[in-house]
Amino acid sequence: MSRRAVLQILGLAALLSLLGALRFGSVDIGAVALLEASIDLVKGRDDTSLAAALLALRLPRAGTAMAVGGLLALSGALLQSLLRNPLADPYVLGVSGGASCAAMLAIAGGAGAAAIALSAAGGALLALTLLFALAHRALFARDVLLDPGKDSAILLTGVMIASLSAAILSLVLSLAPDGRLRTMVFWLLGDLGGATSPVLAALALLTLLVLWLVAQRDAAALNLMLGGDLQAYTQGVPTTRVRRRLIIVTAVATGMAVALAGAVGFVGFVAPHLVRRVVGADPRHVLPAATLLGAVLVLLADTVGRCVAAPLQLPVGALMALIGVPVFIWQLQRP
Amino acid sequence: MSVPLLSCRGLQIRAGDRCLVQALDLDVAAGERWALIGPNGAGKTSLLLVLAGARPAQEGTIALAGRPLQQWSVEQLAGLRAMVADRWIDPFATSVQDTVVAARYRLGAGAGASAGGTGTAAALARDCLMAMDCLPLADRDVRYLSRGERQRVALAAALAQETRLILLDEPISHQDPRHQMQVLQVLQARAGCTYIGALHDINAAARFATHALLLYGDGRWVAGCAATVLTQETLSPLFETAIVEVDTGAHRVFLSHG
Repeated sequence: MSRRAVLQILGLAALLSLLGALRFGSVDIGAVALLEASIDLVKGRDDTSLAAALLALRLPRAGTAMAVGGLLALSGALLQSLLRNPLADPYVLGVSGGASCAAMLAIAGGAGAAAIALSAAGGALLALTLLFALAHRALFARDVLLDPGKDSAILLTGVMIASLSAAILSLVLSLAPDGRLRTMVFWLLGDLGGATSPVLAALALLTLLVLWLVAQRDAAALNLMLGGDLQAYTQGVPTTRVRRRLIIVTAVATGMAVALAGAVGFVGFVAPHLVRRVVGADPRHVLPAATLLGAVLVLLADTVGRCVAAPLQLPVGALMALIGVPVFIWQLQRP
Repeated sequence: MSVPLLSCRGLQIRAGDRCLVQALDLDVAAGERWALIGPNGAGKTSLLLVLAGARPAQEGTIALAGRPLQQWSVEQLAGLRAMVADRWIDPFATSVQDTVVAARYRLGAGAGASAGGTGTAAALARDCLMAMDCLPLADRDVRYLSRGERQRVALAAALAQETRLILLDEPISHQDPRHQMQVLQVLQARAGCTYIGALHDINAAARFATHALLLYGDGRWVAGCAATVLTQETLSPLFETAIVEVDTGAHRVFLSHG
């Protein structure tokens, strides 16, 4: 399959899953009603029909789901390439740990949805600052081109920040009032129930686009860095600058995704993997394809989560893994 | 005299508290082939990294084409010198052809166009692979090559970078006898190309190099024409083992006699 065909198929899949997400739910909207409701919505009226009202609810949620999936898959693809480690995922740097801690504290304190998202973003930023301060030598030094410890220094620092966050998290959970535990657990599982703001959804999609463009500009450089910093450097890549820029991109992407939807696991790890099996390891091809696939996966998982036990809503993070793990294992079994 | 392609003044390289190279003055003119000779851990790779700009020296200055090394940008340097390292990191599946084409990164997106693409990059990559006797490997996955094959692919990638200066770190360490000579002859035959290469095989060095730099590992060094520097009198103390020189008529051969 050509790389262009892969992108076209993924683009089509994104469109179809978006239509599916708008159509299906606790109440299905017929195709005609969906079209009429869309026209109403474009005219700025969401009170003309039930369909229009539902659409006004489902559209921001679908947009957020796609943004979250894209952001996580993009940062997963970047991290796996940057760390030359196929097991890396967006949570490995501890950024989501920091976000989760801050969000849990906000929930425990009785904060509203916006305040939770804001504190999650703050927590992500704090964890990132900590990572940069602690892994300073590995990220900024000029003289570590051949140092095999360089990648693991960033990785291990991230793992330590994640562990620290997990410890704080369990403390907060154990001390939190019973009434709020359910909200907390849902948040930690990854939940899009709070994604009702069209502005936030648009902002998230826009952020995803910008981050992807920034990353794509460095994709050819990243491709050389797969072969080690020394090789990339002698072939003309300012490795330290590229690494720093891409680490910031992954951190912002992860922080944003976690702030919007909690900790949606698996997609950041598995989307780049599946894509790499089809288009090869070159980040120039992996980044756009993985981003699209991540968007599709999370949107599908959220739609299924809204439908299977309607009117109950299942957390998207759990659904994600339930659907994804068998698919991934099946992929691994193939020769 | 014209400006040397590469020159060092007062270069000092330390590793921890050991001084590997002390006050090194070196002028490498275009077209010369320098062999770095010395015992294990004497600082050959460190010196190559410093000359490549990948590692700072503790003291001294380096000029490339008459301009201080640090005034060249990373991108410009990639157009001036290539480096063949002695280890390769291949974490994901990549074809040999793609690896060689990717080495032309500095020339922009067009030159690095995707595999099997049209245009000069793919054709040039094939020429370089052919020169290094690995054209049949072009579609193979680099992860499954033998060490010797992988080394020749790295050499082909360095050639594809199209630079005047190539730094070589043990470029024939994994080659069989036929390929040892073949690789060095191909390099030697490239018009106007300058080489600085660490070589353990003194005989290969003696045939390939026009000049030699002996590194003792304690800061001392000796530089000069290969014919005058590579002798049994200099090499025996350098390696702390008896080395004798035999003239076969065609060329000189060194035998370890320790």
